[in-house]
Amino acid sequence: MSSTTAPPGTGSELSREQATVYEPPPGDLARSKRAARLRRLPLLPALIFVIVATQLPFLATIIISFTSWNALAPDDRRFIGFDNYVTVFTNPANRDAVLTTIVLTATVVGVSLVLGTLIALLLDRKFFGRGAVRTMMIAPFLIVPVAAALLWKHALLNPSFGLFNGLIRSVWDLFGAADPPQIAWLTRFPLLAIEASLIWQWTPFMMLIILAGLQSKPGDVVEAARVDGASSWQIFRYITFPHLRRYLELGGLLGAIYIVQNFDAVFTMTAGSLGTANLPYTIYATFFQQQSYGLASAQGVVTVIGTIIIATFALKTVSSLFEEENA
Amino acid sequence: MSAVSEPTSTSTNKAVAATSFKAAPRRDRGVEKRSSPLWGIAAWLVGLVFVAPVLWMVLTSFHSEVDAASNPPAVFAALTLDGYRTFFGNNPWPPLINSATASVISTLFVLVLAIPAAYALSVKPVKRWTDVMFFLLSTKFLPIVAGLLPLFLFAKLTGLLDNIWLLVLLYTAMNLPIAVWMMRSFLAEVPTEMLEAASLDGAGLITVLRKIIAPVALPGIAATALICFIFSWNELLLARTLTSVVAGTAPSFLTGFATSQGLFLAQVCAASFAVSLPVLAAGFAAQDKLVQGLSMGAVK
Repeated sequence: MSSTTAPPGTGSELSREQATVYEPPPGDLARSKRAARLRRLPLLPALIFVIVATQLPFLATIIISFTSWNALAPDDRRFIGFDNYVTVFTNPANRDAVLTTIVLTATVVGVSLVLGTLIALLLDRKFFGRGAVRTMMIAPFLIVPVAAALLWKHALLNPSFGLFNGLIRSVWDLFGAADPPQIAWLTRFPLLAIEASLIWQWTPFMMLIILAGLQSKPGDVVEAARVDGASSWQIFRYITFPHLRRYLELGGLLGAIYIVQNFDAVFTMTAGSLGTANLPYTIYATFFQQQSYGLASAQGVVTVIGTIIIATFALKTVSSLFEEENA
Repeated sequence: MSAVSEPTSTSTNKAVAATSFKAAPRRDRGVEKRSSPLWGIAAWLVGLVFVAPVLWMVLTSFHSEVDAASNPPAVFAALTLDGYRTFFGNNPWPPLINSATASVISTLFVLVLAIPAAYALSVKPVKRWTDVMFFLLSTKFLPIVAGLLPLFLFAKLTGLLDNIWLLVLLYTAMNLPIAVWMMRSFLAEVPTEMLEAASLDGAGLITVLRKIIAPVALPGIAATALICFIFSWNELLLARTLTSVVAGTAPSFLTGFATSQGLFLAQVCAASFAVSLPVLAAGFAAQDKLVQGLSMGAVK
């Protein structure tokens, strides 16, 4: 990812490039340099602020990750090379956290992408109250994540008075059956419960992106195909789907970026117990409960490397959309 | 499944529909009439399923604790404000005010920094502006948790721990890349011909900003502000790590709220709904631009 490392040098490279490529007469050179500086001026405060606030802490994390530093024994602070990384990859709890993160992210992104696409296809039609349905669909995404996690944990999944078990009992009562199954959702299916709550929140996000894709599809091409006698399935398979692919990729990758980082749901619903601790929660716990700063930093660096792998694909997708716009 | 329907009447392909085939929509409406009732019903059902947990939360928040804890659910139980009374009785104002402070002020900071930056990336672009854009985007891919410890140590060292201004600054940094991307996508819609014509006519920077750029940019600025507000208001990890008693925010307050024993469902629902209300309001207000903001301007 060259873009991550480029910017600090960007300013000086820019003027050098200008000086060598254009070689205008001396007076013009000074003027064009001044003009270039003037153009950069509005950009600099934002750029510097972002670099200081996001790159410096991460740099510090990398340095700390090579040290043995536990806040409970602050005097014993020394450089230990890759030992923390060895721990990250050999400790079963840490490996489980990596696996949980992958399973959680893949499940949530995959399911919400499929559901989001199906719902977007429904909402792409005209029907009575389309605006109202769209608004209803967006609502889950607009609940504060902590509040959504609390809602699922207590109001929906609670074994004695949650809505799910309540509905099961209502149905059983309706048919006069005794002993309805009352399931302890959160303890029996902890990861699934977290995934369900996240899918509920993220399907609207996917739906919005896919819907935007559907509504920007080339109407004249579709019409021409229809005039030529193409079936609805053919139109979907050869026109709509290739057009949508980009949006599917974008939705999937943006979703992955956000869900890899998920902390709120895991923290609120299970506090990382019952095998639900993902990397962000594990880092938080290593940092706050074990106070093992070196190890927490190594976990952080590993998370970032994993994210960069996803991000590289994401950047490619976004840049293809970007080029389309510029073309 | 017939997936393809008529050209929709959204702004994106309104132009296409209007110029390319004026006759098409009418014929399509005939097709649509035959297929729509079932699809419409299906869409309504799906929408109701998704909104049901939210409605259940709102309904439960107006029930008494005893009714809220009944099984089977007491849907038609008497309504009461007890849940909200308990919530507001627990003095939620400091966290709510902290959240409002952090969200509103960081959003203002974001706009002050992002608008000029977006200007330098679209209206009068610097060289290699795409590199700058992608650098900004790549910072969003850096998980916040990876910088958490240094931020904590820095805060401890400087005495900024449990200080709302630290969150203001961090939320500004968190949202700035999104805001620049969003604002650039809005400013890119400023017609360049008009800018050229204006500068030929000798119009100054202020005139150009006011007469040409502002009308295009203002709706974009509003949408950007609303989305930055939502992200800041929702944030939990930084708030929990860097604040406690004095500067704790509303999401942080919520996590502590549910630990109470006994019957608490109605108050938890009341608290969750009350804390989500600003986000719901901002989100519905920005509904049309929501997708553009969430995809950082990549999708319109």
